[in-house]
Amino acid sequence: MSTKRVVTATINGTDSTLIVDDRMSLLDALRDAAGLTGTKEGCLTGDCGACSVIMNGRLVDSCLVMAPEAEGAIIETVEGLAQGNDLHPLQKRFLEHAALQCGVCTPGFLVAAKDLLDRNPEPTDDEVRYWLAGNLCRCTGYDKILRAVHDAAADLRSSSR
Amino acid sequence: MKPLEYHAPGALDDAVRLSAEAGASPLAGGTDLIVQHRMGRVEVAHMVDLKKIPELNVLEFDKKSGLRLGAAVPCAALAECEPIGRLYPSLLEGAELIGSTQIQSRASVGGNLCNGSPAADTICALIVLDAVCVIQGANGSREVAAKDFMTGPGETALNKGELLVEIRVPPPAPLSGNGYLRFIPRNEMDIAVVCVAAHLVFDKDRETCLDAKIAVGAAAPTPLLVEQAGRALIGSKLDEPALKAAAQAASKAVRPIDDARGTAEYRRHMAGVLTRRAVGMAVNRFKESG
Ligand SMILES: Cc1cc2nc3c(=O)[nH]c(=O)nc-3n(C[C@H](O)[C@H](O)[C@H](O)COP(=O)(O)OP(=O)(O)OC[C@H]3O[C@@H](n4cnc5c(N)ncnc54)[C@H](O)[C@@H]3O)c2cc1C
Ligand code: FES
Ligand code: FES
Repeated sequence: MSTKRVVTATINGTDSTLIVDDRMSLLDALRDAAGLTGTKEGCLTGDCGACSVIMNGRLVDSCLVMAPEAEGAIIETVEGLAQGNDLHPLQKRFLEHAALQCGVCTPGFLVAAKDLLDRNPEPTDDEVRYWLAGNLCRCTGYDKILRAVHDAAADLRSSSR
Repeated sequence: MKPLEYHAPGALDDAVRLSAEAGASPLAGGTDLIVQHRMGRVEVAHMVDLKKIPELNVLEFDKKSGLRLGAAVPCAALAECEPIGRLYPSLLEGAELIGSTQIQSRASVGGNLCNGSPAADTICALIVLDAVCVIQGANGSREVAAKDFMTGPGETALNKGELLVEIRVPPPAPLSGNGYLRFIPRNEMDIAVVCVAAHLVFDKDRETCLDAKIAVGAAAPTPLLVEQAGRALIGSKLDEPALKAAAQAASKAVRPIDDARGTAEYRRHMAGVLTRRAVGMAVNRFKESG
């Protein structure tokens, strides 16, 4: 039998207690124990970024984090982006540019882009491309995603002024 | 799924003891270990997380003694530590080539070395920078030069139960420059076909090369310090004959294989081409340093 344990973490600002098995990844813990199914599973090998979350201030692939590692961690997932019914500027711009088709990659892109804009409010095109190189989309093509990120960055800059 | 137990010791001694047990694997960033475990390439009954151990989280620079890099420090932290990009650009270049933003948040230089891949992106820089690996086992600690750390594909100087604690990199000479580059078929998210690091030390005339080290990766069962390539440059002003001799020495020293990323012949050729380019990068770094 694998060990079961209780993990306490702050997820999207809320103290959460999750019962996990030592074999589980953070991705499994978020989806199956916390019921936060916004974070998606793509490859399970760190290649696609669909499972991206922010853990203790760094963007990570939650499929490559073991669930018990989340003990005491501060975790941000796609569910934390919108404030109630008010979508985050990134979400609004993704919709406006139709920067998604099937949507499986979208939560990962949103979380990765949020982390970028938190660090760098005015990224160049190259900076966006490199930052998002660990997020794959097999439907949309990256152009619309890039434009959505730049527009959201501009929205955030003007609203913080 | 087979049983698995996770441990997060806070003390180095406990981590050494736990790692010596059957079925135990140390866990740093997990970007190799978790993938290999998931694909069934390694069997892990105990994961011993090293990230809670203070000794493995050290990241310090001192003008006299150089850089101390804890084995579990994530690559992303290197860019945030100012002297690294300035004094050890080859190391930062290697770390920033590993996977994606997400991977660099977790992947450690220590794990990159301990995984033992001949294509690992941080090892060549550490070899040319004369880095030393500090290892802890049940019977005490020992040091191994970076150039001797990898012993074969997937194999290192570590014995079962030994842990890499930190990597020490001496301060580079005042008149010097270093650089690292790899060749891959695309821009990001791929593994080196060949990679080269160069470290050059200059005389007061700022032209004559006093010391040179060239390391080539992904072109033999282990990364190689190509001493003949360095020797070809020492004493020269890095003119065409010296560069040509260094490139030839690198091409001659490698023992590449044919695989999906390139033929042996191509890798041999590229080892020479990249040697020239890495030397060029090191020269530029030196000039930029004023
Ligand atoms: C999508 C993706 C892309 C990648 N791209 C690259 C790339 O471009 N270049 C590249 O070089 N690598 C690449 N890698 C491989 C990997 O990210 C690196 O090798 C990384 O540096 C490993 O570090 P880690 O901390 O994650 O190691 P882990 O996975 O935690 O450990 C690696 C191995 O070393 C052992 N170990 C770790 N720390 C210690 C220690 N202190 N003492 C003893 N043993 C230890 C572990 O048991 C394991 O066997 C990639 C991986 C992925 C998933
Ligand atoms: S599911 Fe985690 S990176 Fe693809
Ligand atoms: S929208 Fe389908 S993978 Fe990106």
